[in-house]
Amino acid sequence: MSGVGEAGRGGAESETSATGRPTPSARPDPTPAPPPIRQSTRLRPRLPAGLPHALLRWVVLGLAVAAWELAARVHGSVYFPPPGRIARHMYDLWFSGPVRHVFLTEAAVADILPSLGRMAAGFALAAVAGIALGVAVGRSRRAYALCNPVLQFARAVPPPALVPVFVVVFDFGTPMQIASIVFSAVWPVLINTAEGARNTDPLRLDVAAVLRLGPVERLRFLVLPSALPRIFAGLRLSLSLSLILMVFSELLPGTANGIGFTLTDAQTRSDLLTVWAALVLLGALGHLLNTGLLAVEKRLVGRGRATA
Amino acid sequence: MLRLDAVGQYYGDHPVLRDLSLTVPDGQLLCVVGPSGCGKSTLLRTVAGLLPAREGEVTVDGTPVTGVPDRLAVVFQDYGRSLYPWLTVRDNVALPLRRQGLGRAERRTEAERILERVGLDGAARRHPWQLSGGMQQRVAIARALVCRPSLLLMDEPFGSLDAQTREDLEDLLLEVHRTDGTTIVFVTHDIDESVYVGDRVVVLSPGPGSRVVLDLPVELPGRRDQIATRGLPEFVALRAEVGRAVRGG
Repeated sequence: MSGVGEAGRGGAESETSATGRPTPSARPDPTPAPPPIRQSTRLRPRLPAGLPHALLRWVVLGLAVAAWELAARVHGSVYFPPPGRIARHMYDLWFSGPVRHVFLTEAAVADILPSLGRMAAGFALAAVAGIALGVAVGRSRRAYALCNPVLQFARAVPPPALVPVFVVVFDFGTPMQIASIVFSAVWPVLINTAEGARNTDPLRLDVAAVLRLGPVERLRFLVLPSALPRIFAGLRLSLSLSLILMVFSELLPGTANGIGFTLTDAQTRSDLLTVWAALVLLGALGHLLNTGLLAVEKRLVGRGRATA
Repeated sequence: MLRLDAVGQYYGDHPVLRDLSLTVPDGQLLCVVGPSGCGKSTLLRTVAGLLPAREGEVTVDGTPVTGVPDRLAVVFQDYGRSLYPWLTVRDNVALPLRRQGLGRAERRTEAERILERVGLDGAARRHPWQLSGGMQQRVAIARALVCRPSLLLMDEPFGSLDAQTREDLEDLLLEVHRTDGTTIVFVTHDIDESVYVGDRVVVLSPGPGSRVVLDLPVELPGRRDQIATRGLPEFVALRAEVGRAVRGG
């Protein structure tokens, strides 16, 4: 259950950063950009000071792992194996496979890939549905007024609480798992997209009207690009929710594979080393996926966005 | 020909324009001057079909304006917001051409041709926010001209530019008007500018419920020149007359 608690915290955190971020329309007047060149020269003197800061982060992480290693070795508890052994176990379990399988073992193919597949399917469906519905809701004042209370309610329901409903509707298995992910992850994208689409700059809408852009062009060249920062704020929340729901739905009986299944399976066998390995794997996956999404965001939103 | 017939606009119950009638013949460059808050922008938005006239009627070439009229273009004051920052300069300018069903290559060629005309041939692949204010407003003018409009509306287009840039753009506008013969409605609060640029100056009374208090043809000898024209006694006299009307004297 620690995963759920973490979800709440992670969600709240990203949300404040999402609303704190200035959206294009929120800014009063995008005056000509301070050219990036000037900014970089201004930053240059600070660079040496910034470098140790990055190092410091790794030093702290390294120290924490070392302390854990030391404490675990000294204590010798079966419940808290040292990180070195966990890493070794992860390697043996999942990453010691043949080269032609990208070093993945059969166990990795059997456990990690189905999880990732379900998560990818759920996240993709949630993203597409959330963006489409969000634009529809956000572009119509009436639809927004009608749907907003429902959306706020849907968002407030803790996502794992929905899983029992889907168990009843879909029975155990992949459709239930994907449905759980979609119905949890869709709300942040939907709400943020609606908010972003609703705040399209009215002057830019006038421009679109004067240029007589069609509805599709208006969406493609105005509404979606200007809502993009908000859309990505929603996607980041949805991604972490997808990971949580992926694991959570796999913890339930009736699952035959997946990382969540590995967790419960190892727990019933009192194989705590595998439990820890699965936890570390989930942490690493979450970090990697988030980094990937941030890279996509930087590429899409960074361009032409210095001021607006 | 643009015709406003007894047009009235209200903000809630508050009158903004009242019983405003105006006829702009083809090819005229009409300057609309008035103190701020007198409804100049409302007037332009009404002509552009962005705001339906609450009273009276607007017609362009005899057709009543219900939506945005065909072959109409608008240049807004706030170039930073009116240009789409996620598109390059060329894509911004080429945007209105999509409606005409031109291919990608044709749109690009056309956009580059018009950019060259406004003196921005080197900036096609940059983003608007990488350019100075004056250059951004040139991009907005290029975007307005690319569809060869027969009616061009400009809402204090040079209001936020420095004096030198402003004069350059005034001359660019005059050149465009001379060669294309476009009908232009140019809204400004700058009395000098209105007399320098316009064929005719219309002064609106301060709100609420603005109406025309002065309708003055501008007849100045010779081609307009920033230094020479502004020194002409005719220019000084016209400027004084417009100034008095704006101040309500």
